Amino acid sequence: MTELISSLLRGVGTGSVYALLALGFVIIYKSTRVINFAQPALMLAGAVLVSYLVGPLGFFVAVAVAVAATAMLALGLERSVVRPMIGKPVFIIAIITIGIDIALRNVVNGFIGTDVRQVGSPWGLQSVRFAGVSVQERHIAMLLTALVIITVLFLFFKYSRLGLAMRATAFDQETALSQGVSVSTVFALSWAIAGGMAAVAGVFVASNAGIDQQIWIVALKALPAIIIGGLESLEGAIVGGITVGVVESLVATYQSDFAPWLGSNFSVVSPYVVMLIVLMVRPYGLFGTKEVQRV
Amino acid sequence: MLAVRNLEVVYNDVILVLRGVSLDVADGQIVALLGANGAGKTTLLRAITGLLDIHDGEITKGSVTLDGEPIHQHGPTKIVNLGIKQVLEGRRIFSELTVDENLRVGAHTNPRNARQNIDRIYDLFPSLRGRERATAGYLSGGEQQMLAMGRAMMSEPRYLLLDEPSLGLAPLLVQQIRDLIVEINKQGTTVLLVEQNATMALSIAEHGYVLETGKVVMDSPAEELLADSDIREFYLGLGAEGTTKSFRDVKHYKRRKRWLS
Ligand SMILES: Nc1ncnc2c1ncn2[C@@H]1O[C@H](COP(=O)(O)OP(=O)(O)OP(=O)(O)O)[C@@H](O)[C@H]1O
Ligand SMILES: [Mg+2]
Repeated sequence: MTELISSLLRGVGTGSVYALLALGFVIIYKSTRVINFAQPALMLAGAVLVSYLVGPLGFFVAVAVAVAATAMLALGLERSVVRPMIGKPVFIIAIITIGIDIALRNVVNGFIGTDVRQVGSPWGLQSVRFAGVSVQERHIAMLLTALVIITVLFLFFKYSRLGLAMRATAFDQETALSQGVSVSTVFALSWAIAGGMAAVAGVFVASNAGIDQQIWIVALKALPAIIIGGLESLEGAIVGGITVGVVESLVATYQSDFAPWLGSNFSVVSPYVVMLIVLMVRPYGLFGTKEVQRV
Repeated sequence: MLAVRNLEVVYNDVILVLRGVSLDVADGQIVALLGANGAGKTTLLRAITGLLDIHDGEITKGSVTLDGEPIHQHGPTKIVNLGIKQVLEGRRIFSELTVDENLRVGAHTNPRNARQNIDRIYDLFPSLRGRERATAGYLSGGEQQMLAMGRAMMSEPRYLLLDEPSLGLAPLLVQQIRDLIVEINKQGTTVLLVEQNATMALSIAEHGYVLETGKVVMDSPAEELLADSDIREFYLGLGAEGTTKSFRDVKHYKRRKRWLS
């Protein structure tokens, strides 16, 4: 029982990091109809920035600066590379973001080198115990951070002028324009928000075993998450992210006991299996809706 | 004064839709713009409000001026800030947002007076009062039209461009919308009213234009248009009700087709 609970908690912890990444994808998609495959590179860039800044600035200031810088970087990429492509088929823009991802990772890799860099997070691998259940500190930090970010995000979308403008644009771009909303501001803002959240996720991913040139792959966990949740739903991104984290963790904990014949690394594949099952039952994801046709 | 001069608009670089349109909207007036399906009424509004761009349309000749200053090179945000607001054809409310949120998006360029304007809108459209938190998509057609108009009024525009506000509404609601347009005008907003319901539009307008395949074919005071035999035949019909209805059916069909393609 305690094993189950701590496995679940681990899953919710990593899952909330996936949720942050998935939210980035969904926010950009909703505003611009582009799937931004450069998210992994942005995540990596954020983490690497922290690893350089943590010495002089200390962890928390370093994270704040890196989040702001990554947000600016994402905004700059949108302005310079993606914006001129508006009007081109969505498929082509998606490919361009893959190009951005590869190029940016190449640059960032130069700053990683062959060593493993550390972000110096105050939450190590040490565990705390509640009622016999042990949880790593960093998993608690992940969950709390994600909760705070998600709360702020929802308040932003619900009450702020720009947040409302983003929702309006997501729903009907021409009508938003007719109300004087600057759609280019909305595009830029959505990239900036997604970039900032990717940086936060990067810090947590790196707080496990440090930064090497491979950690960007973790960002791809957001893909089954958004497909499980539905590409257009913020709630879906959160539920999808947590689901992926929990499934992975449970499979990692129990699969060797119950189904050893699946091989030793099945937990890595398991989110995709869940994704396939969800797609078979609900083709638009758990929270997705078939596009409403306006007449 | 809002003035359109010799305006030519082309879609997709090849489709010439407006062919030298001129039109004046003097401050304080209600001006009606009539015309059959595809005449170019909506295109003219888009040209004024900077919305051609996203339809891959372009002004190739002529000008739009506001108090003598050319404004046709401006984007939609600038145009709204200059006090010109368009209510798009088909209401286009944000149906997933609440009534209140719809109005607040309307206040995007004018957030300072939002609270006070929201109250003003609820006074003007009492049927929206009490529905502040309702999801806008669940409002009735008439209420949605009112919301669309109220949303536009949130920025306190000088000019309100209405694109077929009576479309698809029952006769009683058409009356109501008509009275509201008069009220909005009385409170100081100049109105350019695009309509296929010519009876309704001409009954409240000072002046009317008739657009036909991208050209202004008539430009007269409203009462002259009402008396004109061609207008009577083409737009007012014999038993007005019956014909306007079938007109709408045709239009409805056309619209579906255009959006599907
Ligand atoms: N985005 C577009 N691309 C190409 N052609 C267009 C586009 N929008 C409109 N048109 C064409 O331009 C012409 C005028 O269209 P417009 O929508 O301005 O007419 P309208 O008078 O508003 O008609 P309706 O009463 O049906 O709303 C039509 O022939 C239409 O097919
Ligand atoms: Mg039209």
